[in-house]
Amino acid sequence: MDMAVAPALVQCAGLSKDYRMGDNVIHALREVDVSIQRGEFVAIMGPSGSGKSTFMNLVGALDTPTAGKLRIAGQDIGQMSSDELARLRNETLGFVFQQFMLLAKTDAIDNVKLPLMYTRMDAAEKDRRARAALERVGLGQRMDHRPSQLSGGQQQRVAIARALVNRPQMILADEPTGALDTVTAAEIMALLEDLNREGVTIVLVTHEEEIAEHARRIIRFRDGRIIEDSRREAQAA
Amino acid sequence: MSAVIDPKQGQVAIEERPAAVGVQLSASLAIALKAIRTNSVRSFLTMLGIIIGIGAAIVSVSISQGAGQQLQEQIQAFGTHVLQVRPGAGFFGGRRQGAGTARPLTDRDVEAIAEMSDLVEAVSGRVQSNVTLVSGGRNWPTQVQGVGADFAITQSREITEGRNFSEGEARGGATVALVGQTVVNELFDGADPIGSRIRINRTPVTVIGILEEKGANNFGQDQDDVVWMPLETVRSRINRAQGAVPDNAGTITVKVWDDLDVLDVQAEIEDLLRLRRNIRPGAEDDFAVINFAEFIRARNETQALLGFLLAAFSATSLIVGGIGIMNIMLVSVTERTREIGLRRAVGARRRDVLTQFLVEATVLGLIGGIIGMLAGVGGTYLASHLGDFPVLISPWTLAGAVGIAVFIAVFFGYYPARRASRLDPIEALRFE
Repeated sequence: MDMAVAPALVQCAGLSKDYRMGDNVIHALREVDVSIQRGEFVAIMGPSGSGKSTFMNLVGALDTPTAGKLRIAGQDIGQMSSDELARLRNETLGFVFQQFMLLAKTDAIDNVKLPLMYTRMDAAEKDRRARAALERVGLGQRMDHRPSQLSGGQQQRVAIARALVNRPQMILADEPTGALDTVTAAEIMALLEDLNREGVTIVLVTHEEEIAEHARRIIRFRDGRIIEDSRREAQAA
Repeated sequence: MSAVIDPKQGQVAIEERPAAVGVQLSASLAIALKAIRTNSVRSFLTMLGIIIGIGAAIVSVSISQGAGQQLQEQIQAFGTHVLQVRPGAGFFGGRRQGAGTARPLTDRDVEAIAEMSDLVEAVSGRVQSNVTLVSGGRNWPTQVQGVGADFAITQSREITEGRNFSEGEARGGATVALVGQTVVNELFDGADPIGSRIRINRTPVTVIGILEEKGANNFGQDQDDVVWMPLETVRSRINRAQGAVPDNAGTITVKVWDDLDVLDVQAEIEDLLRLRRNIRPGAEDDFAVINFAEFIRARNETQALLGFLLAAFSATSLIVGGIGIMNIMLVSVTERTREIGLRRAVGARRRDVLTQFLVEATVLGLIGGIIGMLAGVGGTYLASHLGDFPVLISPWTLAGAVGIAVFIAVFFGYYPARRASRLDPIEALRFE
């Protein structure tokens, strides 16, 4: 794939987001210009209230900008209906959350199938994909386990399998290791790095420098603006 | 921005992938069943209002329909155009004078009514007497009715074998009799009795005809255990001691022409009798004209009222049940806010969430409706058994009841479902 001529996966131009809190308007994001290319591994950092969460919500197509342009996979987020945004999230994006967000009392495999519920696909194909995704994250033997029967790291692996199941172009991970111990966190980061090497774009929010170290690009936010955007060479595999 | 778009990963994705039609109904159904099963006690309590409401609705409708059907049957059995005239005070309410104190109705009253032939198809007096029939060494206690030749018309009853007695025989007090099938069976072992003689209180009587079989009436009386004889014969030979008035016609049965309004004819007869009996305007009648249809209707009103009360109760219960569903679903939506946020994040559209919760409401309504239906059928049989009144459970009632349950559930489930679908995914995901 020729990165140079392919359009960026995420393109922001003058991207702004305001929130109204009573009489006050909070400028959560102020005219941000940034692009994320396919295949990148980006860490988003910044103190709370810096705008990083707002940025993630916009890049996740969960919210629409107040001003400016945001294109994800070529589609203009500001011009899309709620249904179109839902479809973009379903087909192009995968989400990983700090608190895993698995359905309790539901098997791992059914949790993984959740995004496929909103696609048109025959049941056998859904099953095949969900199994493949669980095997990919190393949980081929735990498909019929419920979240309560899995460790934290395993639960996050199920969540990653769920994010992968519809073959997204980009995975958005919000503090994916925030609820995990150091050893498990390292395993999860290693998994995300593997996925990135296989071509999945990864954008992750973290406040831990050593987690951000796994990324090849760090974008730092403060007061609704990007204050640093640094790249470094990929570690030798 | 570059004009080159990777055909595998760019905008064309929209055209290439099949449209996501959202949650298939079966998937929503599976989620709903799971949600209901997970909270089975709560779900049952939620459905309780619907169950009670639907159950009561079925019981009430079945009682009303049973009463209605019985009414129709009874009116049909008696005939809507049959009036009965009795001596004495009115049948309903009022002060009732002693039955013997009123002046009796006489043959001349019967003749006077019969003269209104443009209103009246047939008229007959009727006296009755409990007697014992004797034939060939066999006894059979039964009731003999002294009637006019037209009595069969007023009763819409055929003479299936033999013949009716003539006007002449009636007037002359001929010793002839028509017998019902029960009498034939008891006295003659079912053999042809026509021409046979039976003795009634020492009077020998010739059987000339057999009455059409009718079976038991609505009050359980065997209408075939009867003997009809000319009124004059019963009066002069069988009832001798009792009849102080020689031309006492007992009660008069009137068959009104079918195309006339029975109430108009009833008024005419009342006017005629008041005139004949010199009752001044404003004074109370010393006779009563009974309209069978009205009488039966009044009798059935009690059951109709019971049915109405139950219907009101069931409507109330259904509304309460609906509010219960709304309440529990609001709780469920709140509890599952994060789940809703997650679903929206992974691609559920608002309408997918709406569908999911509406399906859940529908399933609650359907299960509640079916349990209510079973409870209603059981309750109906129990009520019919305990209260001893007729019921009619029609499949339409059952289908309608379940339909109403689902409608109520969807109606009251819509608001929570809509609320769920309107949740902002970001807020929902962050909900604690």
